[in-house]
Amino acid sequence: MVMFWVSLLVISILLYLLLDGFDLGVGMLFGLTRSADNRSIMLNTVAPVWDGNETWLVVTGVILWGAFPIVYATLPSAFYLPVIIMLLGLILRGVSFEYRNKAQRSRWLWEVCFTAGSLAASFMQGVMVGALVEGLRFTNGQYSGGVFGWFTPFALLCGVGLCLGYALLGACWLVRKCEGLIRDTARRQIPILTVTVLAFLVVVFIYALVENLPIMHRWIDRPYLFIFPATGAVAALVLASNILHHNDYWPFYMVTLIFMSAFGTLALSFWPHMIPFAITINEGAAPPSTLTFMFWGEGLFVYPLMLLYAVVGYRIFRGKVGSMPGHY
Amino acid sequence: MDPTALFLSRIQFGFTISFHIIFPAFTIGLAAWLTVLEAMHLRTGRPVYQSLFEFWLKIFGVAFGLGVVSGIVMAFQFGTNWSVLSKMSGPIQGPLLSFETFWAFTLEAGFFGVLIFGRKRVPPWFYLFSTAMVALGTTLSAFWIMTNNSWMQVPVGYVVQNSDFVPNDWTKIIFNSVVWSRFPHMVLAAYLTGAFCVAATGAWYLLRGEYRAEARVMPRMGLGLAAVLIPIQLVFGHFVGDYVHDYQPAKFAAIEGRWHDEQPAGEVLFALPDPASETNRYEIKIPILGSIIGSMSLTSKEVGLTDFPPQDRPPVLIPFATFRIMVGCGLIMLAIAWLGSYLSVRHRLERSRFVLWSIFLSFPLPFIAILTGWYTAEVGRQPWVVYGLLRTADAVTPFLTAPAARSSCSAQFTCSSVHLFLRHLLHLPAPARWPLTIFG
Repeated sequence: MVMFWVSLLVISILLYLLLDGFDLGVGMLFGLTRSADNRSIMLNTVAPVWDGNETWLVVTGVILWGAFPIVYATLPSAFYLPVIIMLLGLILRGVSFEYRNKAQRSRWLWEVCFTAGSLAASFMQGVMVGALVEGLRFTNGQYSGGVFGWFTPFALLCGVGLCLGYALLGACWLVRKCEGLIRDTARRQIPILTVTVLAFLVVVFIYALVENLPIMHRWIDRPYLFIFPATGAVAALVLASNILHHNDYWPFYMVTLIFMSAFGTLALSFWPHMIPFAITINEGAAPPSTLTFMFWGEGLFVYPLMLLYAVVGYRIFRGKVGSMPGHY
Repeated sequence: MDPTALFLSRIQFGFTISFHIIFPAFTIGLAAWLTVLEAMHLRTGRPVYQSLFEFWLKIFGVAFGLGVVSGIVMAFQFGTNWSVLSKMSGPIQGPLLSFETFWAFTLEAGFFGVLIFGRKRVPPWFYLFSTAMVALGTTLSAFWIMTNNSWMQVPVGYVVQNSDFVPNDWTKIIFNSVVWSRFPHMVLAAYLTGAFCVAATGAWYLLRGEYRAEARVMPRMGLGLAAVLIPIQLVFGHFVGDYVHDYQPAKFAAIEGRWHDEQPAGEVLFALPDPASETNRYEIKIPILGSIIGSMSLTSKEVGLTDFPPQDRPPVLIPFATFRIMVGCGLIMLAIAWLGSYLSVRHRLERSRFVLWSIFLSFPLPFIAILTGWYTAEVGRQPWVVYGLLRTADAVTPFLTAPAARSSCSAQFTCSSVHLFLRHLLHLPAPARWPLTIFG
């Protein structure tokens, strides 16, 4: 039962990373785009799906609270400021999205807010991942790092890394959904972003190995685990060939693979810890009566339904986007 | 634990939740109204129902979006500011809130897309079905939230293990009289909110002499529904009072403004409770009525606040005042609904400008009633966050410092007030602006 909820948690986190990742990425690239018409088209590519993408953050949050209450109690409070700034960023960007299409004179302000919100949310998510990899300070099972326990050079570096990663996802999304100038610009951005993101991933991985010897031993003992980083490397090669051959469809999936392999590599390095070296999966899990109730009531039937909705939503809006106005 | 951080966390949570409840309260009723409109349109084929549907769907969309955004903040605030509560009651509250996300959110978000984009893409019966599913989603959402909150009011079906509350009987947690009196009370309140906003909008157009066909329908349907529902709401309100009387005697005494045991007890209509001297000033009191309301008896003894040690008493003034404001709003709404419906049946409503003005001006009443009702329930539960088990002061994140709490609190206030200001500048469809501008 614990493993069932771990899998659902992993699926939800990955979906959030990939889906909100690309629309946050589009939000950041939006800030680099000069032409107002092109900016509108970029927004139209994410308009029907961005709020659906954010629901996966809520799903992740409530699965954590229900199935792993200790983790839910520990992480958002230890990451108090990053979580608040991330939420404010997400709100700012959601509100700007609505107002930008209605405002005339103040449109530039909403565009700045949209980019800033996307940037702040992405950066803070990266910072939290970085702080987790580096390890939070615990005494007797209680977080004891204080309000600024997450504030380290490495975590900030990870914040920058995730911003670039999301921008890469966003660029691939634009290549997939757009034509003309937007697609060509995005296609030029992809190689630069890919190289920096891969470099970042390698740095993070090596840092984790050097800082935590047990992780090093795990990788040396079980060489078959290298299938994860290897998949990422292959995906990067395919991505390069896609870009050279001007393929619009596959780059997004290749970057998805890179993200998944990076997630797998990190998660396996710390397995079975949910909060590295403080709380394991079993320590964090809710009592069986809770997990069983959630399994029958929501995990078994409702979760697949949610996945189905997401798939249907994306199928309805598949294909290239013209310059038609967004919804309501 | 830092007392300033505790205070700020409470203010912030109260602010978030007050801001949030406005939107679900509005959308639950609105979704049901949309379903009725779509069904009427399919049955009668009259275009007036479709134009009303399109008009209210836009408003629903905006309110729904704001509800989602403010809800996300709320969900994470449990973890950031109330980590002890999150950990201790996580095995019970976590699943209940995740049920809300899984069941309700899925239905709402999934079928909401069909409503916005699907008019031409799906057959009419499926469109109606989607509207009904959105309405079901909003109602289910209210159900899980009320189940969760009712557990905090009257905890049942749990055992304490390693200082955590572990569920041992889910049927007790979900099927108990507290949930099943409070859930209908909330849903009825939401329906009344929708009904009054619809009626007020119609009255506004009637006063201006615009869109007559649509404007005539709105007060008739809105007030007609309210005229039937408000008496039912009063009955459920009484059931809710019964649970407070039986399970939360200190809250009941605070609402009643009763300091000392009385037999038979009087009912305080108006007063200014004075905690320092433990008496009421300027009191207007009806003898014996307190026993009738509390225990349906002429002779029962009703407990007073001084039976409880001071550290276990809720603040008196807020529940005492908010309860009376809620009931007062309900009674004014009842009068307007009955008078308006009577005139509407007699076809005299359109000429009674005074009544139309009162209907138009009445739209804040249901919102005020919902907010004050929640303040009564939540402030009255203090000093407990989980009644009798966990004090609010012990539930806050232990290492949270005042500067951190202050920065997030003020950032949220600033964002919300900027937002409030901007809503006034926005060009939403005319009267729809009213409920949203003033409360959103």
